[in-house]
Amino acid sequence: MIRDALGIAVATGAYALSFGAIAATSGLSLLQTVALSALMFTGASQFALVGVIGSGGSVWAGVATAALLGSRNALYGVRLSTLLNVRGLRRVVGAHFVIDETTAMAIARNSEREARLAFWVTGIALFALWNLGTLIGAVATHALPDPKVLGLDAAPPAAFLALLAPRLRAREPLAIALASGVVALACLPFVPAGIPLLIVAVLIAALGFWRRPA
Amino acid sequence: MTWAGILVAAAACYGLKLAGLSLPPRWLEDARIQRTVPLIPVALLAALVTTQTFSTRQHLVLDVRAAAMAVAAIAVVLRAPFLVVVAAAAATAALLRAL
Repeated sequence: MIRDALGIAVATGAYALSFGAIAATSGLSLLQTVALSALMFTGASQFALVGVIGSGGSVWAGVATAALLGSRNALYGVRLSTLLNVRGLRRVVGAHFVIDETTAMAIARNSEREARLAFWVTGIALFALWNLGTLIGAVATHALPDPKVLGLDAAPPAAFLALLAPRLRAREPLAIALASGVVALACLPFVPAGIPLLIVAVLIAALGFWRRPA
Repeated sequence: MTWAGILVAAAACYGLKLAGLSLPPRWLEDARIQRTVPLIPVALLAALVTTQTFSTRQHLVLDVRAAAMAVAAIAVVLRAPFLVVVAAAAATAALLRAL
């Protein structure tokens, strides 16, 4: 289990390098980039915030998108709450580590004791390497005379695709992804940058709430 | 402005994580919430893919980013690691611009 956790942490460190590079290319300072990884610590939301800022959208559209992407962590928290049974300071610290990878590692264990261990080991290792990777990626990119020469400004959509792909293993999410992509493009010329994302989020929430369960 | 956005977004993301651990589970175990929340990242990430590939601010644009996205899609289908997908897209854009 510890080997698995370290494996995930190393992969996450590589993923953090690209976050650091993309954040630096999007116009965030080194301190802002590092602060984002330390304080937010949830990859998709971080990429979304810097992606929206980097493409000239309003910061607040980026904030809303980041928070909406973070909503899934609340459901992970529910699944983990009975498993971890954390209170007081442990809950305040542990909450920061409630993300895709720690949840997957914890719920795959056979006992509560192992689940707790998996959660904390994965969380701490990931947090360390996520921040280290971010720092290295950002410092290296800030050292470049022009990150555009390396095509880094074209990298964010590829990062979003790589984050999306593992969620498309069934027909329904695939259909929703295609529809969302098209709807966002269709309303793009008529609303300020960043707003198409929020339109798509509202539509999907309405669909989820009002449609009959299958 | 950027700092305020970073701090507010970080606080919101932390608040969601803490709420999941702290609220009575039945509040969030509502069937509609369980069904809808996992769809939100799918919809938003897909919208980010298309808008960031095919637009500059409010204008629809077809440029080297479309080719970079095609290469990224191939890398994803081949199950390449995250860093490879991003690097392949960046390298494609850089190469096409250098031509």
